[in-house]
Amino acid sequence: MNRRDFLKGIAAAGFGGALVFQGLDKFGTEAADMVPNSPRLQAKHWGMVIDVSKFQNEDDFQRVADACHSYHNVPAIDDPKEEVKWIWEDDFEHTFAELESNYLSEEIKKMKFPVLCNHCEEPSCVRVCPTQATFKRPDGIVAMDYHRCIGCRFCMAACPYGARSFNFFDPRPYIDQVNPELPTRTKGVVEKCTFCVERIDKGLAPVCVEASGGAIMFGDLDDPQSEVRKALRENFAIRRKVELGTGPNIYYIFRGGGAGA
Amino acid sequence: MYNGGKIITGLIIFVLLITAPFLLNVGQANELPEISLNTPVINQLSEKQCVESVEFMRSQHPQLLNDWRDQVVREGQTVYVSSSGEEYEMSLDNSCLQCHSNQSQFCDACHNYTSVELYCWDCHGGGLAK
Repeated sequence: MNRRDFLKGIAAAGFGGALVFQGLDKFGTEAADMVPNSPRLQAKHWGMVIDVSKFQNEDDFQRVADACHSYHNVPAIDDPKEEVKWIWEDDFEHTFAELESNYLSEEIKKMKFPVLCNHCEEPSCVRVCPTQATFKRPDGIVAMDYHRCIGCRFCMAACPYGARSFNFFDPRPYIDQVNPELPTRTKGVVEKCTFCVERIDKGLAPVCVEASGGAIMFGDLDDPQSEVRKALRENFAIRRKVELGTGPNIYYIFRGGGAGA
Repeated sequence: MYNGGKIITGLIIFVLLITAPFLLNVGQANELPEISLNTPVINQLSEKQCVESVEFMRSQHPQLLNDWRDQVVREGQTVYVSSSGEEYEMSLDNSCLQCHSNQSQFCDACHNYTSVELYCWDCHGGGLAK
């Protein structure tokens, strides 16, 4: 065999191989056909506005946290080192650490604030995730794909808001009543608030928004006519740890243009 | 051949040992897994039809579930249009398990038979009776 024949043979084999692989491709799901315009809520930039004046007592927090945690099958674990939480309360000093002062007003010192994942513009958790288990959707929500999570906990180290919890053990025994519509989590994955993506994709508002009775608003921050933009236009608002450059999308408003702050 | 007798005897014993599982089971059919469709929801259906044909589901369900997972979790799509034009919610918990609420007799029957360990139930199907 001379060199010319050998090269011809190689080319023919390559061509034949390509045909075989093309044929094999037909075994993919040909029936898979998705509706692109399912009834989901559309936005370019989801955000939340929390009216802190409406979180007065323990009940206001408990109602929202319970609604969220029971809906999402979040286990109730007492040990703070192993607990799992999506939305919870904290005091001014820890919520807005950079605004710390020795001479805080008594009122502010006593206040509690609901805290959750900030669905950042530049989420540090997404940057460090080695498997893209956590990712930013085009509409701004920082979502989790638990199937891909390998439990390395880089995201927990990266998140400046402590919004992520790790499942050190099977969480099911710690769930009172499993909501059968949604999965639970398994040992070895990290979880957090998902802005209720599954509800948004079905055209429903997040659970905390519904349970808060108007204390938490949500909407498209890119739309000047939205409820959240209106609330931000009319009130003094702050965000958590803005100086870190993560671009948090949860705003805390103080009613009365700052006079109440 | 030196030690021919020993070598050949050894070889025969070796071949017998290696093929023992096959020889012992010659002529015996292994019991096929029994897939149960006996659930309240399926029994109520006038036409027992999954989202796609039986042949498609048998051969392609892992691929279908994979596609559903990616569409729902990563693309935010929730509605699946089957080849017959019907619309279904793409959800293991809210679609598949609504009918196949007996995963231990349905899913696990074949997967145990083929020794494919499923970890779907670590998270999904939490509402089902164990």
